[in-house]
Amino acid sequence: MTNYTPVYPGTVTKYVIVESFTITPADLAIRAYEIAGEVIVKETCFGLVINGKEEDVTRIITELRRIDPDHIFTKDRGFPPGDARRCRASLGGARPGFHGIEYEMQILPYVSHGLAEIRKRTIEEIPSPASPLEHPALDIGKLKKLMEAQEP
Amino acid sequence: MVKVFIYPATSLILSDMVARFGHTPLSSAIAIRERIQTPGLESPPLQITPEEPKKGLKWAAVEVPAGVRGRMSLYGPMVEEAEAAIIINDADLSFGCMGCARTNELIKFLLREKDIPKLDLVYPKNEEDGVRFVAAIKRFLDGLGGAK
Repeated sequence: MTNYTPVYPGTVTKYVIVESFTITPADLAIRAYEIAGEVIVKETCFGLVINGKEEDVTRIITELRRIDPDHIFTKDRGFPPGDARRCRASLGGARPGFHGIEYEMQILPYVSHGLAEIRKRTIEEIPSPASPLEHPALDIGKLKKLMEAQEP
Repeated sequence: MVKVFIYPATSLILSDMVARFGHTPLSSAIAIRERIQTPGLESPPLQITPEEPKKGLKWAAVEVPAGVRGRMSLYGPMVEEAEAAIIINDADLSFGCMGCARTNELIKFLLREKDIPKLDLVYPKNEEDGVRFVAAIKRFLDGLGGAK
């Protein structure tokens, strides 16, 4: 058993993920470096990983969001950037956790559209989504469609 | 600021929405960071030690596999801490081994048992769904009050 000493104690790490037609991770990285101060900024294929004191990271993320608020998303990360336990450079293959981000990135355009729309429309007038906990009876039209789709 | 448990606990979309609308998301990264930043004995990759399944006994019985109890030592305290929850019900990405699957079931059960405001959703499948999805989350989070 060996002793474990954390690398960056007292810091937070956050992902900044960009899904935009106009902004690339490189653009964000340049802007982040300009205002970085004492934080670590790592550019990735989907955005940035930022590590530092919480107030510094929050300040940089607030600033970066202003570039394209509906298309820049953030998320906490447990490990610091480049950590050998997670970095694909040392593990090979996709980083654990990448597949989750990859899946949700397919949905981000709909969320971005939603964020833009709620500013244009009155939020009370937007209907609620159907509750997934309700299990309505099979619609007769849908049943007919299913029957017609059967092979003879 | 209200502490909102998100399910799936690794969700980028929910984590962003909760933080964007002024509250604190409780996600698995928070629990992992706590362990990664605590000095002790080396136990790679997640610094999960044999102590964790013992802590998990608070939420799962002793005959439940150690994998579920170990995972519950990460999520259990956050479920207890949560003041609200947003649950996505068709989150295929959270599917993993049987340990993950059973832990997910237990987390959802504990959340449903808890008397806190909850929002159940599914992922949007088109742009109009996206508008309803975002609006529902915003209405829910605004209704909690105390947004920063």
